[in-house]
Amino acid sequence: MARAVIVGAGPAGITAAATLAARGVDVVLIEEGRRGGGQGYRAAPPGLDLPMRRLLGGDLAAWRRIQARFVALTMPMKGLHERFPGFAGQVEFRPGTLAWNIADSVVHTECAGTLDEIAYDALVLATGATDRIMPVPGWTLPGVYTLGGAQTALKDQGCLIGRQVVFCGASPLLYLAALQYARMAGAAGARVVGVLDTTPFAEKRRALPDLLAAPGLLLKGLGLLAALKVRGVPVRHGVRLSAFTGTDQGEGAGVDGVLYQDAAGRTQRIECDAVAFGFGLRPESQLAELAGAALRYDPTFRQWFPAQDADGRCAPKVYVAGDNCRIGGARAAEAAGLIAAHAALADLGLANGGTDTQLVAARRTLAAMERFQRGLARAFAWPHHWAAGMADETIVCRCENVTVGAVRGAVLDARGGERELNRVKAAVRCGMGRCQGRFCGNAAAEIVAAALGDAQAEPGRLRAQPPVKPLPVTAAPKEPVT
Amino acid sequence: MTAPPREPPGTEQAGARAGRARWVRVARFTGVPVRVSVDGIAHEAHAGESVLSAVLAVLGHARLNEFDGGKRAGFCVMGACQDCWVWVDGGRRVRGCGTEVAEGMAISTSAPRLEAADG
Amino acid sequence: MSAGRTDVAIIGGGLIGCATAYYLARRGRRVVLLERGFVGGVSSGVNFGNLRLQGRHLEQMPLALRAQALWEGLEAELGESVEFWRQGHLFVALNEQHAAQIEAFHHECRPYGLETELLDRHRIAERWPWLRGPVVSASWSARDATVNSRLVSPAYARAARALGADIREGVEMTAIAREGAGFRLACADGSEVLCDVLLNSAGAWGGAIAEQFGEPTPVFAAGPVQLITEATGRFLENVIHAVDGSIIFRQTQRGNILIAGHPRVPVDFANRRSRVPPRKLATNLARMLELAPHLSHLTLLRSWTGIEGYFPDMIPVIGPSRTTPGLFHAFGFCGHGLQIGPAVGMCLAELILDGRTPTPIECFGIERFAKPVTADRAHLAAEFEGTLLDKIGAS
Ligand SMILES: Cc1cc2nc3c(=O)[nH]c(=O)nc-3n(C[C@H](O)[C@H](O)[C@H](O)COP(=O)(O)OP(=O)(O)OC[C@H]3O[C@@H](n4cnc5c(N)ncnc54)[C@H](O)[C@@H]3O)c2cc1C
Ligand SMILES: Cc1cc2nc3c(=O)[nH]c(=O)nc-3n(C[C@H](O)[C@H](O)[C@H](O)COP(=O)(O)OP(=O)(O)OC[C@H]3O[C@@H](n4cnc5c(N)ncnc54)[C@H](O)[C@@H]3O)c2cc1C
Ligand code: FES
Repeated sequence: MARAVIVGAGPAGITAAATLAARGVDVVLIEEGRRGGGQGYRAAPPGLDLPMRRLLGGDLAAWRRIQARFVALTMPMKGLHERFPGFAGQVEFRPGTLAWNIADSVVHTECAGTLDEIAYDALVLATGATDRIMPVPGWTLPGVYTLGGAQTALKDQGCLIGRQVVFCGASPLLYLAALQYARMAGAAGARVVGVLDTTPFAEKRRALPDLLAAPGLLLKGLGLLAALKVRGVPVRHGVRLSAFTGTDQGEGAGVDGVLYQDAAGRTQRIECDAVAFGFGLRPESQLAELAGAALRYDPTFRQWFPAQDADGRCAPKVYVAGDNCRIGGARAAEAAGLIAAHAALADLGLANGGTDTQLVAARRTLAAMERFQRGLARAFAWPHHWAAGMADETIVCRCENVTVGAVRGAVLDARGGERELNRVKAAVRCGMGRCQGRFCGNAAAEIVAAALGDAQAEPGRLRAQPPVKPLPVTAAPKEPVT
Repeated sequence: MTAPPREPPGTEQAGARAGRARWVRVARFTGVPVRVSVDGIAHEAHAGESVLSAVLAVLGHARLNEFDGGKRAGFCVMGACQDCWVWVDGGRRVRGCGTEVAEGMAISTSAPRLEAADG
Repeated sequence: MSAGRTDVAIIGGGLIGCATAYYLARRGRRVVLLERGFVGGVSSGVNFGNLRLQGRHLEQMPLALRAQALWEGLEAELGESVEFWRQGHLFVALNEQHAAQIEAFHHECRPYGLETELLDRHRIAERWPWLRGPVVSASWSARDATVNSRLVSPAYARAARALGADIREGVEMTAIAREGAGFRLACADGSEVLCDVLLNSAGAWGGAIAEQFGEPTPVFAAGPVQLITEATGRFLENVIHAVDGSIIFRQTQRGNILIAGHPRVPVDFANRRSRVPPRKLATNLARMLELAPHLSHLTLLRSWTGIEGYFPDMIPVIGPSRTTPGLFHAFGFCGHGLQIGPAVGMCLAELILDGRTPTPIECFGIERFAKPVTADRAHLAAEFEGTLLDKIGAS
């Protein structure tokens, strides 16, 4: 029987797993976290008393759908047969398991220090995304988190990142996270003290034609903004973030304020004890690259994504789906998971002929979501132009404490500077630390591009190197390899 | 589900005593209490709670950056930034946001004295 | 594009090409260096950084010691840091055979001017109290050093450029034709270079160039495996190197542990791609932990290897072509070209400009392959993966 390995149990991975298993393919679903659902639709740990309706609002139905699909999957024989009449393959869910490398049609995993290898006939990579960061002076202070991080603290742990929280940046997560906090904060005497959107409001208007590709989501977005206003949360547009202030030394270490320039150019400050910020998402594309996918630059997002055909094929026997190859949101991820699974079925010779109406619908959804996301990319613009003016002392690589000035200096070296991002990395260590360039890579690429004097030029990209996340040095195979 | 969340007593006490807890609990854990310590301060956590949230219920930071000693308190909370690694039980290191607390766990934000010196 | 004329053209901007360009430029020669990628982008920029003197082929000692003297003054010479660190090198014997080897070397290297110190288990325990594993004895060489290899070739290239050398990155040489007493090189970007003297320093690709001039060699490509951990408190001030190369590690100045260990692995030579076979990670980590169990709390950040040229006799080709006047070869550095690199560049500049060099390098001549050689399997078993030995027909 054919075996499919799926990495990532978010909407894309779960949907792909369900689709493949329903058609008799054995599925191994690998997930680094402990539970299914992915970033947006994660399940809290059992025993955490989260008021999901209050927290998720209109997203509750989608959350329930994804979670139900996941639960059905991981109780395979019972659940699957009910949901998918006909023969169902086995689904083996491996939580707490990191896929750290792919070579020669084998996925290499690590779980609690034990290494394992899984050969596949089809591999679906649904590894999602993380926040994209443009550094702001002070962004390494305790109390400063990504927008996704602030959300995860809440949805996974029932905690707020502080008592007076500022949300800032430019991201579809900005208003969503702020509102989730605003809904939950009251009881603990905490407050969302401000939302600072770095995109001018005019850009949002210009993005409207594309955003209308998904009118429901557009309305939802506007609803978030309105709900924040109703709750009295100050929202500012078109700001430029100057600094997160505070100290990282001593007893009182932590962020204590956000300094910014408002749309009129006036300097303003908000006091706070926590900051959540981010600038859209960046794809977790390293595994796809290791599996042989080429990477393709997308000028709308100013990022690189695994090159794929319309059905997610990116290398022989390898498929990508979801945020890791096309920043698209949960609905697009579900659709892409379905499409990729069908591509895999076709390539395995398991296509059932005829046109699947679900598949047709999924393609339509994906096309609409893609347009919508292009609108979002404009409505929440990546401030790449900040790179040119960023102060030299600002840290860009938080792992190795590499400054903007060091990156710039490597390019501007009068005796012949570097012109390529990976060379800059080699020279100044930016991207060499534990996060493997996840949080400095986008910004460093812009700083290099700006220093080269061509801010419109396409920014570079740090190459993936295994392991895609740190492995314990004690990691060892289940059985000693001879 | 809709009852206003209360602070679990253990969390509040430890945080209040230390006076510098960073995270604010707005939903409680109903599961079994799990006793841990954070830099020697006793803390009552619960099954399902992450090491990072236990640490930040007690302290304002989780680790020190090894190059400048600056305090760090995690960043991504989803296993990507690696800025939340802490020491547990005197020698092991774990990623705080991705590891659940266990009964008796002694969590430390700084390295135990370097073994090399006494080994 | 019209052809530019130059005295010397160099194919390949690894350490060998860049160092030679620098020493030629320092003596006022016009040099054009063609590098299809970035200078130091292949072997020269990804290596372990070991400037090891101990355990070298004895016939290489004069060259190696000349190189070490150059390294010791290199940062002053080039005007920038290459993180040169004279940290010393501990050669660790893991069995009696290793112990005999280091003892023999201790006596043999002395006439060349290298002093090593033999240490018994007791002395080892005093200086490296954390060291565990089946260590029988060790040999200490204080003059051995390390550098950050990523910085070296670019530094040489910058210094050469400052002296007027024309260093062309992103330019691939695609064809060589004899023209009069010199050469005409055609490049992928359509440019041409005319030169009197040509240096083949194309690394693992040098064999194809030599072959074109009727000098086939048994050069083959392989990759030494490199791993690096996150930074930890400083505890190790020198390189630890098992005599058989099965495990080699050091701590960088920032605190990371850099780990290497033979056997070397096959690489995708045709597509110029190299990747560590995933299973090697656990193997090499386990070997490191056997000697340094106190590092068990660390995490591994990256793995990589590179494309290096090897010969079955494990020494490079350095010297004039025997078929073609004006052509010089320096390639296939068998995993130790970093250490000797500066001296190789110096010797090549001397050979090209003076017709001779004071350093004995005859044993590296390409003529040694005039007769076909077969790789000795037993001799190379510890050095290369079996699949690689099969591929090169070792027996
Ligand atoms: C931080 C964040 C918060 C979001 N919040 C919301 C929200 O509140 N509401 C909403 O509608 N949308 C939200 N979104 C958007 C939406 O959830 C995503 O677009 C959607 O989850 C994408 O689904 P996916 O299946 O592509 O990836 P994800 O849902 O991101 O799932 C990817 C999964 O892969 C796993 N993984 C990654 N790499 C590896 C590896 N190497 N080995 C093993 N496992 C791995 C991850 O742990 C993760 O569970 C959020 C997105 C992000 C990134
Ligand atoms: C992982 C690794 C670890 C090592 N560790 C050590 C160590 O610790 N100590 C030590 O002494 N040595 C070490 N070595 C060996 C050392 O790095 C090499 O011997 C040395 O760098 C060789 O330099 P080179 O200039 O000959 O080759 P390279 O650096 O490979 O340079 C050759 C250059 O030629 C270019 N080229 C080829 N063909 C063309 C063409 N047609 N046109 C234009 N350009 C061309 C290539 O792009 C390449 O840049 C190691 C090697 C590796 C790979
Ligand atoms: S907070 Fe980023 S990995 Fe834990």
